[in-house]
Amino acid sequence: MKKILNAPQDVVEEMMQGMAEAHKDIVHRVGSTRVLARNYEGAGKVGLISGGGSGHEPTHAGFVGQGMLSAAVFGDVFTSPTPDQVYEAVKAADKGAGVFMVIKNYTGDVLNFEMAKDMAEAEGIDVDFCITKDDIAVEDSLYSDGQRGVAGTIFVHKILGYHAEKGASLKELKALSEKLLPEIKTIGLALAPAIVPEQGKPGFELADDEIEFGIGIHGEPGYQRVKLQPSQAMAKEIYDKLSKALQLQAGDDVVVLVNGMGGTPLMEQYVFVNDVLELLKKDNVSAAKTMVGDYMTSIEMAGLSLTLMKLKDKAWLDALNAPVDTIAW
Amino acid sequence: MDLTTAQAWLKRFFALIEEHKAYLSELDNPIGDGDHGHNMARGAKAAEEALQAQTPTSLEGLFKSVGMSLLSKVGGASGPLYGSVFLAFANEVKGQEVIENPQQLFAAGLDAIVRRGKASVGEKTMVDVWSPFVEKLAEGVSLEDVEAMVLATKPLKATKGRAAYVGARSIGHIDPGSYSSGLFFKAYLKELA
Ligand SMILES: Nc1ncnc2c1ncn2[C@@H]1O[C@H](COP(=O)(O)OP(=O)(O)OP(=O)(O)O)[C@@H](O)[C@H]1O
Ligand SMILES: [Mg+2]
Repeated sequence: MKKILNAPQDVVEEMMQGMAEAHKDIVHRVGSTRVLARNYEGAGKVGLISGGGSGHEPTHAGFVGQGMLSAAVFGDVFTSPTPDQVYEAVKAADKGAGVFMVIKNYTGDVLNFEMAKDMAEAEGIDVDFCITKDDIAVEDSLYSDGQRGVAGTIFVHKILGYHAEKGASLKELKALSEKLLPEIKTIGLALAPAIVPEQGKPGFELADDEIEFGIGIHGEPGYQRVKLQPSQAMAKEIYDKLSKALQLQAGDDVVVLVNGMGGTPLMEQYVFVNDVLELLKKDNVSAAKTMVGDYMTSIEMAGLSLTLMKLKDKAWLDALNAPVDTIAW
Repeated sequence: MDLTTAQAWLKRFFALIEEHKAYLSELDNPIGDGDHGHNMARGAKAAEEALQAQTPTSLEGLFKSVGMSLLSKVGGASGPLYGSVFLAFANEVKGQEVIENPQQLFAAGLDAIVRRGKASVGEKTMVDVWSPFVEKLAEGVSLEDVEAMVLATKPLKATKGRAAYVGARSIGHIDPGSYSSGLFFKAYLKELA
């Protein structure tokens, strides 16, 4: 293992400290907790929080700031944060109008965030939440815990954050999330695995000439391993599945997110997005907004994911385009 | 079972977790993320330290202390599940000097797991060991019975938790959370014997 660190067990602690110091104009660490909160007060507004295991930077703390998240909670690398820490984030985000939690669909995250909700409600803080499950790679996932929350989650952060800033209530945010979530779908692919610092070895193995479709952001198994193929073929494989799941038709508008997993150069991400945009054109679907870059990574995993969001409501685009004051949006 | 025996039960459980730490994580490898033993051992250590720092004076205090330690240290799916079990236990033994109704106690634990995790029997989770254990407790359970309950998770296909990602490939592996729950029940039975 070759990584820039001091001691594997201190990675999260030191990363948090680094983020807080480097970006002290935007965020601060809440005491000695695992929480970074925004400096912007947002008095009287619903607080919006998210979080999960570390190793997905800039998610989640990179999206903390005015117009987006109020606070983010850090778990250990690829491990969900504990309820007491999530509760700290809820307390930091509560400005009198309650707190809305955006949870990615992993059993650990869901259980720990729900416990934090119980703790907060016992103390009189109103809490509601939504669970993102945009990853459609796992077969039969409708009947199991198989649908994971991945890169499409950042659209939820941004759009809900916009409305929270505008003064939306907890109830309104919940209703909006219910409209939004089914329109966001993602599939990832991997070329090479990531190494969790404390484990020191790769989470899975892929031969030099192999790629895996459908891989998760913690290296969860995908649906197919194939020989390395041209970007056009990879784009088509994923695009077809997403297009079908979203029932895209000529004339539809979508938002496109090509998300690097941490170990894939922007050069390759742009080659891939070019192929995706070609496919959209062929189908007469218009890309109303396109984003490319490392938004939700998997440490140094080589690979990327493609997210499409169907713009059922044109106002979602305005919410995405509104300026924010964060580290990474 | 009084406070002293209950303490010995939990001590025995923590020791079993430490002893089987590597094996529990190994079980979690093919169907999860290989961390169950380490998660549980981290919690067991924290729970022991907390009990040493402040000796509980009641059954309720004992279960509460362990519950809070597990909640704040285990993480993952099993942290809130085991944490909820002990908080439910604490609630159940309020004001009791001895555990008056063990079956009711374990039933409250199972109830907490199901309320939190929303798994039913057959989904390859710890519920598949808790449920038969609670059922059999009235007529008497042996160590062999517990062993059999744990092994019975092997042929199941997971539809809850991380193991659901591998779908049918989860068949043929013992569920790690069921194994650790088996250790919990074995520690209990051994302490009573
Ligand atoms: N919904 C559920 N209900 C009951 N038990 C569950 C549920 N989901 C998972 N489990 C139990 O939890 C065990 C796994 O616990 P573990 O400590 O490995 O957490 P994890 O799933 O790896 O969490 P994370 O994804 O945050 O790392 C499983 O073996 C299973 O028995
Ligand atoms: Mg695990």
